[in-house]
Amino acid sequence: MKACDDCLRRARLVADLAPRIAALVGRPGARAPGLLALPDVRLIEAAAGERGDQARERLERFEPDAERALLQDHGVLATCRHAQEYPPGLLDMTDPPAALFAVGEPGVLAEMHDRPSVAIVGTRAPSPYGAEVAHALGRGLGASGVIVVSGLALGIDATAHRGCLNGGGTPVAVLAGGPERAYPRRHRLLHEAVAREGLVLSELPPRATAYRWSFPARNRIMAGLARLTVVVEAADPSGSLITADFARDLGRTVAAVPGRVTSRMAHGTNGLLRDGAVPVTGTEDVLDELYGAGIRPRSVTEPRRSAPDPRLKALLDAVEAGCAVDEMAGRVGRTTADVRAALGRLEAEGHVVRGTLGGWERTAG
Amino acid sequence: MPTRHTRLRSVPPVLASVCTFALEGVRGHRVTVEVDVRPGLPAFTLVGLPDRAVRESRERVRAAVLNSGLEFPLKRLTVNLAPAHVRKAGPGFDLAIAVALLAASAQVPAPALAGIALWGELSLSGELRPVRGALAAALGARDAGYHRLVVPHHDAAEAALVDGVAVIGAFNLGGIADLLHGRERPEPALPAEELVADGPSAPDLRDVRGQGDAKRALEIAAAGGHNLLMVGPPGAGKTMLARRLAGILPPPSFDEALEITQMHSAAGLGCGRLARQRPFRAPHHTISAPGLVGGGAHPRPGEVTLAHRGVLFLDELPEFARVALDALRQPLEEGRVEIMRGQRALDFPANVMLVAACNRCPCARPGDRCLCGTADRDRYLRRLSGPLLDRIDLVCQIEPVPPVELVRGAPSGPGSEATRERVVAARDLQRARLRGTGVLCNADMDGRLTRAHVTVGRRLAGRMLDADNRSHLSGRGHDRVLRVARTIADLGGRERVGFSDVGEALSYRLDGWERLAA
Repeated sequence: MKACDDCLRRARLVADLAPRIAALVGRPGARAPGLLALPDVRLIEAAAGERGDQARERLERFEPDAERALLQDHGVLATCRHAQEYPPGLLDMTDPPAALFAVGEPGVLAEMHDRPSVAIVGTRAPSPYGAEVAHALGRGLGASGVIVVSGLALGIDATAHRGCLNGGGTPVAVLAGGPERAYPRRHRLLHEAVAREGLVLSELPPRATAYRWSFPARNRIMAGLARLTVVVEAADPSGSLITADFARDLGRTVAAVPGRVTSRMAHGTNGLLRDGAVPVTGTEDVLDELYGAGIRPRSVTEPRRSAPDPRLKALLDAVEAGCAVDEMAGRVGRTTADVRAALGRLEAEGHVVRGTLGGWERTAG
Repeated sequence: MPTRHTRLRSVPPVLASVCTFALEGVRGHRVTVEVDVRPGLPAFTLVGLPDRAVRESRERVRAAVLNSGLEFPLKRLTVNLAPAHVRKAGPGFDLAIAVALLAASAQVPAPALAGIALWGELSLSGELRPVRGALAAALGARDAGYHRLVVPHHDAAEAALVDGVAVIGAFNLGGIADLLHGRERPEPALPAEELVADGPSAPDLRDVRGQGDAKRALEIAAAGGHNLLMVGPPGAGKTMLARRLAGILPPPSFDEALEITQMHSAAGLGCGRLARQRPFRAPHHTISAPGLVGGGAHPRPGEVTLAHRGVLFLDELPEFARVALDALRQPLEEGRVEIMRGQRALDFPANVMLVAACNRCPCARPGDRCLCGTADRDRYLRRLSGPLLDRIDLVCQIEPVPPVELVRGAPSGPGSEATRERVVAARDLQRARLRGTGVLCNADMDGRLTRAHVTVGRRLAGRMLDADNRSHLSGRGHDRVLRVARTIADLGGRERVGFSDVGEALSYRLDGWERLAA
């Protein structure tokens, strides 16, 4: 991965001006429309105004080699829009990030050229329903070879990443600050896991702090990377709807998971559906949208593991119906001990997963 | 001056000593009551770290002696409770002090006191009142080598449970004076066990409709001594099920029953007879740490000691104070509680099976009507402390039984007795296997013992490894699954642990603390 001097300088300039931009667009959730599309000189004028001299001076003094050394110190890779591996989806934007900084598996950028990516976004405080759907989508898409893009935030984002990791897929996280910093802090283990299996990206160089405006700016990158954006649960207004807006502006497909009409967390998603978003009830819906109804690339249709013992089909159906162990035993006509033994076996073989405190769910595929 | 010297020698000081017991924690600690009688202005001094109740004993003793038709010596009386550094609490010293006074004033023959210990509270009229901890006193008497123990009549049957001590139940001080003079020769009291037929039996497992899964979990927990966590909404029957665990555990042996009775007697909960049931204690979640594990200025046993050899049930586990749950670590790991008071360490036995219960989330509504956000649920579960969860081998979800089944269903499944038989058989297998290791049941096996005694074939080991990877099982979690699998195989009478045993054990595992907190 390589980035040219100009793009690195541009990224450093944006990081330098970040507090100025924050002062300019002070409101919560404010976007900096068009700002990031401005050329360097105009950006300095717009963001720093009279105090622009300092920024200009620093821009002139910028030393690419020192910057590259800094990247190396932090174990951060960089690419820029002039490079081969730069994700093509981002070039559709009016304000694509000049450089992308990354922590993790460098090969993933190249894979993004061949494999479709889907962004899964949603609220930071999901209901169990939302969390379950996000996890299942992440796992199902990950297992189907789709790259799952999200923002490592609390709630839906993290759950989708975890699902993708559990499904053995490739997760991509886009951060609002420097890519080497886990934000929020409590997701540092998840950050590590994503970097191990996939990639953590940011348009800002290492050590850059996230400001309020950087989150919507980050959302535009997620929308740009993904061929399809799924909103799982979102209030109205919310950051996830901003991502959906960006996706729509780029002409990408926006999908939403239907929620209960009485739930505040479903206002955003149900609103999207009303406005014509694609309803998503499971992994299959997303795959249909990506590849066309019923069509799957060969890699996806191949079974990833041994088929479950046919005698256990009734039990798997009961798991799918969300039965408790006693109910399952009643349905399949065996003792609870037999059912539990079978469940343990199905779990070991990867056909079901168990929740932390009990309760089983069938795995996708 | 020879005259003065002669006078002193002519009236020798009179000294008498009597043995009794101070209740320290749950054990009877031997105390010698010494009385020194000298001529002089009448006075009655009590030394040897007495607390208020002991100090007030002077008034009770004076009135009781006089009201029993005996004489209270009008001299300088000094009573010492030795050893002087042990704090003495409670009214149990009254009787010993009174008898020591009588001996010092030659109203009872001092030689008759050899080999006799006394224990009891006096009323003003000279009657004897029961005191908590009579069993502990009797155990103390046996250990100190006394062969006769006089206790209030009410406590006699309880104290008589101890072998090797003839326990005499007395009604009043006058009666004891007669006894010491040899005017009366009462028979030793009979142990309570023989006096009382079976106590009320514990509730039966049969009475619980449905819940086959939970019953199976209880059976496994009882068979291997595994701690259990039940997860489910209020009203699903968690408490009802936990209550029945005591009834399917193997009945206590005589020594265990004695220990149980001793704990309860020391806490003042004794019912005067041998405990035939294992205790079931269910403290409320507002309990303090000292309430749970014991403590206080004069340390008293906590709930975990009262549940010794039985079941401690903690409903709403996450609602318990963090300090209280943390205090449970020692008893769960070592089967005892150590309480430091000043220079002394008190030891309370606390070997319990823990059954905990919690909801899936703070609002406790069923899945589709839950109002909690993920953050709320994380916070709720994070309140369970990690080390405590580390001691929990089984987790089982409890769903409410559908009303149809409640109405239609007759009592279903095996009753407590049949289940207990299987549990006892499984425990026998474990005892035989673990002979010589000092461990009695599967749950107490450490990592080394687990690997030594739970052998799985190579093919099964490979599949377990798969399972570990899929479910992010830690090394310790892996051992826990093996121990539970061992118990399941023991219940089925299988010497080799098979894949279905491991599968079932996997389905009961509680995931690591890390995953709960994530």
